Amino acid sequence: MSINPPPKNWFQKPTGHERIWLGMAIVWCLIMSLMMPLWHFKGKQNSTGESYIVEPDDFFERTQRFVDNNQVDTLEGVPVVEPPPGGDAYLVARMYSWYPVLQLREGETYRLHVSSMDIQHGFSLQPMNMNFHVMPGYDHVLTITPTRAGEYTIVCNEFCGLGHHAMIGNIIVK
Amino acid sequence: MKTNSTNYRTCETTGKIVCLDAQRFIKLNAVSAVVFLLFGAIAAILLALTRWQTVHLLDAEWFYRVLTLHGINMLIFWIIFIEIAILYFTATSLLNSRLFSKGLAWISFALMMLGALMTNGIILAGEADVLMTSYLPLLAHPLFYLGIILFAVGALIGVGNFFGTIYIAKRDKTYKGSMPLVTFGATAAAIIAVVALLHGAIALVPTFTYSLGLTPEPDPAWYRLIWWGLGHMSQQINVCAMVAVWYFMATMTTGAKAPNEAVCRAAFVLYVLFINIASAHHLLVDPGVGAEWKIWNTSYAMYLAVLASMIHGFTVPASVEIGMRAKGYTRGLFNWLFKAPWKNPGFSAFFLSLVIFGFIGGITGVTLGTQQINIIAHNTLRIPGHFHATVVGGTSLAFMGLTYYVIPLIFQKDYIGRFWARIQPYIFASGIVLMSIGMSFAGSEGVARRTWDIDAAGIYGATTHLFLGMLGIGGILAFTGILIFVLLAVGTLLFGESNKGRAMKCWGVPETVADLTKEDGTVGEDKSAGEHSAGHDTRGTMVIVVIFLLAFAVYYFANWGALADVWWVR
Repeated sequence: MSINPPPKNWFQKPTGHERIWLGMAIVWCLIMSLMMPLWHFKGKQNSTGESYIVEPDDFFERTQRFVDNNQVDTLEGVPVVEPPPGGDAYLVARMYSWYPVLQLREGETYRLHVSSMDIQHGFSLQPMNMNFHVMPGYDHVLTITPTRAGEYTIVCNEFCGLGHHAMIGNIIVK
Repeated sequence: MKTNSTNYRTCETTGKIVCLDAQRFIKLNAVSAVVFLLFGAIAAILLALTRWQTVHLLDAEWFYRVLTLHGINMLIFWIIFIEIAILYFTATSLLNSRLFSKGLAWISFALMMLGALMTNGIILAGEADVLMTSYLPLLAHPLFYLGIILFAVGALIGVGNFFGTIYIAKRDKTYKGSMPLVTFGATAAAIIAVVALLHGAIALVPTFTYSLGLTPEPDPAWYRLIWWGLGHMSQQINVCAMVAVWYFMATMTTGAKAPNEAVCRAAFVLYVLFINIASAHHLLVDPGVGAEWKIWNTSYAMYLAVLASMIHGFTVPASVEIGMRAKGYTRGLFNWLFKAPWKNPGFSAFFLSLVIFGFIGGITGVTLGTQQINIIAHNTLRIPGHFHATVVGGTSLAFMGLTYYVIPLIFQKDYIGRFWARIQPYIFASGIVLMSIGMSFAGSEGVARRTWDIDAAGIYGATTHLFLGMLGIGGILAFTGILIFVLLAVGTLLFGESNKGRAMKCWGVPETVADLTKEDGTVGEDKSAGEHSAGHDTRGTMVIVVIFLLAFAVYYFANWGALADVWWVR
């Protein structure tokens, strides 16, 4: 009875159903543990956390250079920028917008740099529902390969103030 | 009976001694807990009615303010106040001991109350709209941090008083042999609490001094790592305390008997050893930490803390099955379960808590906390969908069930409105389940957590709004459940009939409560427990846990399937 001290011989090996369950639970825990390294090497979706320390001003300068060199269009006043396949793309998060709009090609791979100019933000790509954290002072590099063409929306999903819900961006995949 | 207290009474229901000093502080902490629960619940209903996009009650400013208030009052004030009460109870009555120090108990209580009032005041004044996590560089008024620091120091002193009590009980030999399982579980919770609260101090003290302008800004990534050492580990305090309460309630309501105490205790030890750096689960898609770090700290090599929960998931229902079968409910697989005291709110709250925590909270938690799967879950409504099933449908509901015994046994008042008490756990549980499921599915549709409005994005359709409606209706039901709970508790304290000098009015548990005391009224070694090597019939529990494992595997691999469908990323 668990509200009284146990008998002196309480230290016993598990038996019967309990023993069987213990075995099943250990096997299941092992399977789950192995799934992650397995996916790391074999799977296509991994968060490696590749990142570099960066000053927000420097990051914005790099982004501006990227925009100036690769702008192809304008969408509602925001430049639409197409990075070269296999090249670097930059995305700035700030209260309360994403800058610029990116235009990518299906099946090509890009190194997408994301960082914040002010406080923490959340990069949430919809309707894919892929989510990554965005931090000031950290250049977070996501090596992405869009697998389907379409128009995608970036929603901010880390609270960043009263305009948080209106912090919406775009990625176009052709 | 041997006790080291001169200032005690003997409980007429259980035959346990109750140290009167401890009783006073159990009362103080429990009443404060319920007050903050009510506070957090009022915030909760406002939030549910705002996230239900069709209703959209609050404006943006008040939404985030009330969200800050809700998180802090529920996850910190309600839970930790009642856990301090639980610690005092398990170290005194279950060990026949007096409380270590009245003075420390007063200081602890005063600091916690002061801190709670300070933090709530500054939030309501609109000076701390930073949400519970207060991620830097978002900055709140210094009193916000100071309040939480004072509260944490108070809680730490309360935990120290618990360890002091264990020490004097051991020194004065007030109990024979090993401590009871419930106290052992509470001790595990207390150890985790010390580590968690220290993390809180490390994260918040420099943030406090920064908010005063005295020190430079702490690194935001560092802050996240350390803060979640408080934020996530606090939930492990809850898990530990909740499991201890499960064992307690199972014993009180069905005369449950653990199949093997060594296994149950080992599982508590696993919690203590393998839950550190649980903050990793919040940094799985963060910059600054690498894949190896993320994978290792997700599982600590092999999910030994999950193993601990899976062990309790078997031993808790198995101990009920053993207790019920010993009373003659031996027919078939589930006669013991059907004949369990479902009209006893102590039992129904405990068992519903067990089911919700395991089947919804546990399965979603392990899956969402898998390193790569977190990509399709981080900061969406799936996360609150998960933890409302663990900490609300699990922990809070278990503590509500406990309250149906604390008020008669410690406050010595028999409950009023017994019909309402009997249905309260069901109302609350169904509300939380509905809300959790609504949140989880809306999150799978990509809806972010902690967002006042989703229509601005213009991408969510009718299905999403349906799930948010589920969230809203579940919220209303759960709020009704809390309201009934609080009204009954307060009503009973004010108008309940005193049961001094007799046993508490039974909630409807034949031949069970009597089992708690030996014939001579002493509480000592439990002879019957020695028979456990003979083996027990736990077929029913075995069927339940196998169904659980199948559900777990289906959900887990379905999520890998969903992940394989999104863009490639590394």
